[in-house]
Amino acid sequence: MDQFTLNLLVVGATFALYFGIAIWARAGSTAEFYAAGGGVHPVLNGMATGADWMSAASFISMAGIIAFGGYDTSAYLMGWTGGYVLLAMLLAPYLRKFGKFTVPEFIGDRFYSGTARVIAVICLLIASITYVIGQMSGVGVAFSRFLEVEASTGLFIGAAVVFAYAVLGGMKGITYTQVAQYVVLIIAYTIPAIFISLNLTGNPIPALGLFADAKSTGEPLLTTLNGMLADLGFSSYTQQSDTTLNMFLFTLSLMIGTAGLPHVIVRFFTVPKVSDARSSAGWALVFIALLYLTAPAVAAMARINLVNTVYPEGTTAAPLAYEARPDWVKNWEKTGLLKFEDKNGDGLINYVASKDANELDVNRDIITLANPEIADLPGWVIALVAAGGLAAALSTAAGLLMAISSAVSHDLIKGQINPGISEKGELLAARVSMAVAIVLATYLGLNPPGFAAQTVALAFGLAASSIFPALMMGIFSKRVNSKGAVMGMLAGLLTTLVYIFLHKGWFFVAGTNSFTDADPLFLSIKSTSFGAIGAMINFAVAYFVSNATDDVPADVQELVESIRIPKGAGAATGH
Amino acid sequence: MADKSSSNAYWRANIRTIQLYLVIWFVCSFGFGILLRPMLSGIGIGGTDLGFWFAQQGSIIVFLILIFAYAARMNKLDKEHGVEE
Repeated sequence: MDQFTLNLLVVGATFALYFGIAIWARAGSTAEFYAAGGGVHPVLNGMATGADWMSAASFISMAGIIAFGGYDTSAYLMGWTGGYVLLAMLLAPYLRKFGKFTVPEFIGDRFYSGTARVIAVICLLIASITYVIGQMSGVGVAFSRFLEVEASTGLFIGAAVVFAYAVLGGMKGITYTQVAQYVVLIIAYTIPAIFISLNLTGNPIPALGLFADAKSTGEPLLTTLNGMLADLGFSSYTQQSDTTLNMFLFTLSLMIGTAGLPHVIVRFFTVPKVSDARSSAGWALVFIALLYLTAPAVAAMARINLVNTVYPEGTTAAPLAYEARPDWVKNWEKTGLLKFEDKNGDGLINYVASKDANELDVNRDIITLANPEIADLPGWVIALVAAGGLAAALSTAAGLLMAISSAVSHDLIKGQINPGISEKGELLAARVSMAVAIVLATYLGLNPPGFAAQTVALAFGLAASSIFPALMMGIFSKRVNSKGAVMGMLAGLLTTLVYIFLHKGWFFVAGTNSFTDADPLFLSIKSTSFGAIGAMINFAVAYFVSNATDDVPADVQELVESIRIPKGAGAATGH
Repeated sequence: MADKSSSNAYWRANIRTIQLYLVIWFVCSFGFGILLRPMLSGIGIGGTDLGFWFAQQGSIIVFLILIFAYAARMNKLDKEHGVEE
């Protein structure tokens, strides 16, 4: 059986499973559509949160970025896990006690202001749509490879599947489907990693293989990799090249963005008890860590295998001839995501650090998917990875579309514009907003502002600068009032958004940027790292404005008192 | 609802716990992984140093321990102060 048929079979089988579960658990009422009625076990909820959380950015894109960035890109690993500590201690239990369905509802009630709620909706929409753009580029890469079509065609097919999928089920369908998706994606990520780790180091646990000795040289794997890279003129894999300031702020942005992203926070509204909200964050991180502890090994080993493919005789000998290139190179050339240009006309694939002499252009987002092909693993492993990548992208895109649609239909239309809207009208509005979001994200995904994980990192910066500070101050301060929160959110969001647009193009339209991340506007801070600064601005503005204006009303102060203690938590309610 | 003084004491104990855990969170990620890495460069591990390990794996393990430790500690505090569900 050829690879294409095998891919179709494995991907088809997993899709049948997800759609089957979605239909079986079809959402009936609006409450079920948003939050599944509040009866999900912490371990299952943790697994579903893991699937929701680990998107195309984690599964498809991250290892590729680390493979080419080395130590400098550790921010992705620390940032996208460390945020769960903040979530468990600073937000989840209190928001669960508050007992409503959406993040803007909390902000609206705590800051006793419709304006605050609308601004929270806007922050949420901007962060979520940016996030979906990143997902769509990942979906595009995965579909283009396994259907063997051009990247943009893959993107259109992916968009149609994501939309059909998100409209069909609500959260309820999604929770159980996501448990299935988690299982598929973690198996798909781990199995090739185990094979590759065994090949390179003889150690069956990739996370340990990363620090083991390479079979080929007898020296540590990372020493071997550094040696290869040095021969080709690349910077060291394990040393720092980025500035400490940028690395620090980038890690911080990703961490507080994690704790501020609405589609993750919403998960903790659906657990039965406040104490479950704390342990659910832990279980989510357990399932996320399984992938995140493997990812750095996948990254380093993929880089070694890539260099070994191009330099079969060693990095000091001549590279491979283009005519002798392996099948995986030919397959990825079809998608346009891997390109060879024979600059010096010698017919050899010269892969080196120097931009002028380098002839091999590898899109970072293909590394995880191409990894089993590069390592020459069996066909079923390759098909499994394609299925895993799609599971990751689909589950997160669906979760984000849910967050977007509930923000528009529930918070904006029902909460502010037309409180008398029927359940049917609300569901319709939810679906229309999903459609609009996906069309917009697909359009912008054609020329994405970066590789999937980088685009997603921008979304985290936006969430970090706007939503996280408002939630945290709402819980930990009784002094921050509506004016402070509104001004804080606006200041944090706008400075971050402008900083991102200055570097990535206005409204992400390519070519309209005045600066690049290689040479950023302010100190050495890249646009992906600015969220932390935005958050500090948000905190500072909220603090000063609140102190200069009136006190928080007594009944709201009582609300804050009550969310601080677990006692008396009921089931989550809609209004 | 619990009486005012007991829930205030509960909240203060919670804040102290959070502060302690956030210090550990910070030192093991931003500290060992980034800012203090030069100080750990003498401790070798598999071709690199301890700071690299903390940045790519160690911090994640610490995060996991922190969350479960916090959940357990808070369950105990909930009971001690009579504010459990």
